[in-house]
Amino acid sequence: MTVADYAFYLFAIVMLVAGVFTVVSRNPVHSVLWLIVTFLTASGLFVLLGAEFVAMLLVIVYVGAVMVLFLFVVMMLDVDFAELKAGMAKYLPFALLIGVVLLLQMGFAFGDWHSAEGAEALRRSVTPDAAEVHNTAALGQLMYDDYLMLFQLAGLILLVAMIGAIVLTLRHRSDVKRQNVLKQMYRKPEESFEMKDIKPGQGL
Amino acid sequence: MVGLEHYLTVAAALFVIGIFGLFLNRKNIIIILMSIEMILLSVNINLVAFSSFLGDLTGQIFTMLVLTVAAAEAAIGLAILVSFFRNRGTIDVEDVNVMKG
Repeated sequence: MTVADYAFYLFAIVMLVAGVFTVVSRNPVHSVLWLIVTFLTASGLFVLLGAEFVAMLLVIVYVGAVMVLFLFVVMMLDVDFAELKAGMAKYLPFALLIGVVLLLQMGFAFGDWHSAEGAEALRRSVTPDAAEVHNTAALGQLMYDDYLMLFQLAGLILLVAMIGAIVLTLRHRSDVKRQNVLKQMYRKPEESFEMKDIKPGQGL
Repeated sequence: MVGLEHYLTVAAALFVIGIFGLFLNRKNIIIILMSIEMILLSVNINLVAFSSFLGDLTGQIFTMLVLTVAAAEAAIGLAILVSFFRNRGTIDVEDVNVMKG
């Protein structure tokens, strides 16, 4: 076994254990942290597969953005998580049954599949030699050329998601004082104060 | 020697863990969203593994698209969750019955 093989088994086992802990953890903050471990080890697997760009993307986008969003929401919402966890023992047998059945179904395919005859010839975009073109450069050439449409659509999806999230969570509170810039700018001295001539000893 | 089967096995196991989490945490929608993220991650592992062993970069492009959709889905899901929590004061999925006729 080479170092890469040891690294694969390390990453795979850590990833699966972290995945299980994500699901069974009592505290949702711990769940998020375990999920971060899952994604970090998955990016390790991607590096082993030679997909460095996707691996770094996973670290930056998932661990850096999505998981922080999860953490933020978990900590912002004042939810009684102990109550939500109460039904876990009740659901456990059914969940185990579903999991075992799914695992068996996938196990049937294990070792009994093979690539199609002409799979090599049908490749649409053959990976260039890693010594000549770097993974990131090759992906960029492919994405901005053959898959430009999909790239633009992905950007559109993100835009829709951003607008949707803002519309869903933005609320205009009427009980807060706000600054009205135009009102401040159009204020005149005559409207805001007046001079009074007060005789000595009389008062206003 | 680690081959394609190893990666597929790991991805299948992660997929099953994600489905297991969906059924185990039926009330807690935050964990449900995290389980969906795990399922999408296992799909990504499959795509990258096939891409790497077949020598075709298209799989990695698709991985990025799945990643985009997953990020958008997480953002929208959490936004719905926050606005639901503001209205109802709970995130129990079984209480989501406002639209029941």
